[in-house]
Amino acid sequence: MHSIPLSYYLILSVIIFLIGSIGVLTRRNAIIIFMCIELMLNAVNLTLVGFSRFSGDQAGQIMVLMVMTVAAAEAAVGLAIVLSLFRNKETVYLDEVNLMKW
Amino acid sequence: MNPGVVCPRTLRMNFELVLFIILGALGMGSAIGVIAVRNPISAAMSLVIHFIALSGLYLTLNAMFIAAIQVLVYAGAIMVLVVFVIMLLNLGSEEKLRERFTSRQGIGIALSVLLGAGLVFIITRAAFRSPGADGLPPGGSVEAVGTALFRDYVYPFEMVSLILLAAVVGAVVLAKRHVE
Repeated sequence: MHSIPLSYYLILSVIIFLIGSIGVLTRRNAIIIFMCIELMLNAVNLTLVGFSRFSGDQAGQIMVLMVMTVAAAEAAVGLAIVLSLFRNKETVYLDEVNLMKW
Repeated sequence: MNPGVVCPRTLRMNFELVLFIILGALGMGSAIGVIAVRNPISAAMSLVIHFIALSGLYLTLNAMFIAAIQVLVYAGAIMVLVVFVIMLLNLGSEEKLRERFTSRQGIGIALSVLLGAGLVFIITRAAFRSPGADGLPPGGSVEAVGTALFRDYVYPFEMVSLILLAAVVGAVVLAKRHVE
């Protein structure tokens, strides 16, 4: 038996996702934005584990493992992009990068 | 049910609720810290606290293996990489502490809050099944998750290993200094 309702976990997850998306939309530092993307991924992971627990299906936990692997790959590639960006433009502030801006 | 069980069960429920509230508040507070703090290293440390709080929440959801992997992969490997890059780029002090608050940012916050309000509205309206309605809940131990991973989900597992390979090659190519 589990005593905390699923909706508590879902609402907590919504709040964390919200904080992450506000961070992505308002901050300029590329590394902070990267960390906010990790926040959003984690909020979705919490949703998946919650649904897995409450619907009696193991697939949610497997999907969390996949999301974590993709997040690790994203960390490697994203930080490499930040590194090469800093090497070329001497900045990590995204509004100073206008290479692909219309 | 004999009546002697009732009292410990309510006690256990209260304990779980208190644990959930503490971990949830810790997770939310550290998430706000990530986006509010100016120093990138402080934001990274706040994110580590957030990952550990989420790991505790996974434990309350009976997902032991996921909780362990959360600490190992997120709070360990990924955050080491982030802190390493922050220190490599020497981002300790931001020269412009005041970030401009443009109307575009206001629109972004408004849209985010709208999305969150919609999601909370849907969640409070939805009728979820109670746990244990169809037999035992899924096990979260290493054995249970490993059995499911290698028996039913072998192909996704192999696909994910290809993603990791591509990420390794891509990171090396991107971060490599160009040799003229």
